[in-house]
Amino acid sequence: MTRTRRIAVMTAAMLSGTTLACHKAPPPQVGPTAAAGPDADSLRRAQADEAAKRAADEAARRKAAEDAAAAAAARDGAGAAASARATLLATVHFDFDASDLRADERANLDAKVAILQANPTVAIRISGHTDERGSDEYNLALGERRAAAVKAYLTQHGVAESRMETISYGEERPVAEGSDEAAWSQNRRAEFEITAGGQSLKKP
Amino acid sequence: MTPLRRAVLVRAVLLASALAPVVSAQDTTFKGLKLNGVYDPRRDKVGIVVLPVSGAFGDSVATIIRRDLDLSDRFNVIPLDTADPSALRATGATAGLNYPLFAHLAAAAIVQIVPIATGLHVALHDVARGQVVNVSEFPLPATGLGRDWRMGVHRVSDEIERWITGQRGISGTRIAYVRGMSMRIVDVDGAEEITVPTDDQSMSPAWNTAGTQLVYNTLGANSHISIFDLATGRSRPLIGPSRNTTYGSPIFTPDGKSIVYARAGENGSDLFMVGVAGGDTPRRLTNGQGTDNWNPTMSPDGRRFVFMSGRTGHPELYISDADGANAEVLTDYEQSDKNFRADPDWSPDGRVIAYSERTRDHFQVRTVLANGSTPKYLTSEGENEQPAWAPDSRHLVFTSTRTGVRQLWIIDVESARMRQLTKSAGARLAAWSPRFVKP
Repeated sequence: MTRTRRIAVMTAAMLSGTTLACHKAPPPQVGPTAAAGPDADSLRRAQADEAAKRAADEAARRKAAEDAAAAAAARDGAGAAASARATLLATVHFDFDASDLRADERANLDAKVAILQANPTVAIRISGHTDERGSDEYNLALGERRAAAVKAYLTQHGVAESRMETISYGEERPVAEGSDEAAWSQNRRAEFEITAGGQSLKKP
Repeated sequence: MTPLRRAVLVRAVLLASALAPVVSAQDTTFKGLKLNGVYDPRRDKVGIVVLPVSGAFGDSVATIIRRDLDLSDRFNVIPLDTADPSALRATGATAGLNYPLFAHLAAAAIVQIVPIATGLHVALHDVARGQVVNVSEFPLPATGLGRDWRMGVHRVSDEIERWITGQRGISGTRIAYVRGMSMRIVDVDGAEEITVPTDDQSMSPAWNTAGTQLVYNTLGANSHISIFDLATGRSRPLIGPSRNTTYGSPIFTPDGKSIVYARAGENGSDLFMVGVAGGDTPRRLTNGQGTDNWNPTMSPDGRRFVFMSGRTGHPELYISDADGANAEVLTDYEQSDKNFRADPDWSPDGRVIAYSERTRDHFQVRTVLANGSTPKYLTSEGENEQPAWAPDSRHLVFTSTRTGVRQLWIIDVESARMRQLTKSAGARLAAWSPRFVKP
């Protein structure tokens, strides 16, 4: 995706996210004294930040919903391309503080290998994410390690290294809110994005 | 002020403050005094009165300076509730200040401020000696109450502190931090917050020793390290972006010539050093062999650094020579394979490393001496992380969730007094500026 397009998509997501956010509960009260001077300014900025964060979260949720919708469409026989796309984009999850690939994710990864081999012009970006525990900064390292582990597996199974790139978002882009294992387990993940050749995916 | 006068003053003040708590325990209304039943010259504070200030912004001047002196944790700022200002003056021909009255209030020092055309004329009275012992004039911008004006008033507070304790205060410093994904700078009293236009998705600011630049990393597909110049308001890319690479936790070396940063790629992460001008080949400092190595902090003499490493399977703090040689574990106490020790910051006086540690599933701020001895806990309530030292090596800013949302807090490590700095959610990754060289 070009930079311009990415910005356009992000802007659209932010706008729609903000709109959706208006229907939700008001942002949490952030301090006991929302009254005077600099606090009011801070509060306003905090609310703007909150809105931006909700928009980002909303974008993430929309993406997940789209992925699910794509998978559902594929089950309905709506098209091989959608099915292949859903398989390629399916999230890979990890255990706490670990970057080892879980046994129950091998089938998920092997299916991606098959699609990448059937579509040699496709290139992907793998982003590594962590849950909120651990330090903010060190989690960038853990996220990169997770993305690298996925890339290494795909490389070992015959996908050319040049078709994949890795990035880390650490704990900065949670898909699930909350401070419990249900949220954490969803947030410990690698996500996939098609960066080239995704127009007409073939099934293996 | 001559050395002799200073020596006399310090003796006088120490004597006065040594006597003050005995009186204050009985009959005064000191703010913030922690006696604990035992006199401790390091903890007990100098009683000080800031007289009312005349002029258009006089009330603001007095309020800011009283608050600065209070937040320094070195003074008892004694409130003057008298309805009769004439009581402050002695009777008779000399008509000086009524020193016996101030002595009775347990004040050792009196600050007297008079507005002048160029700013403020400030006199410091020593109550025990009954005379003025310091006088100076401080420039202020002609327009009152702005950001620069407030900084000018903070400089008065910091100089008063130097007059009395021999060490310049820190009220004229600032704290850079991240909220959402934008960089903020706020005065240490919580006022005058600004947003600075760093690159998108910026994290982890660190100051240079002159307080003129911030180095930081960015997140995501264009992860890179940039240096932001406060005078020009512009960022200059230094390292990255590079394919399959995430950059993090950059710092300036104390000599200002280099940046040390973490680089995560195909095979774990290591620390590297590169010149601030960029262009030279980065030199690898750690030999992580596939593990993660992050969060460097250097000793003020630039000869050693501490960093976090997962080389034994869980993050601990390590210490090594400046070239990366002789790395050994610093946090070798209370060892457990569940340890998570992070966010080290070396104090500007070189004595102490502050860090955060996960203990029983919660992060707390701790300190340990640079030789690895005397580990202490500073916090216990909520999640407390990312400590960063003030230039006085006595105060730390850190993140805490004790109010339910993550905020920046400041602690005085001598007295354990804490205060909340930010008032809006999600503040983190704070870096305390040095004392600014030029007004």
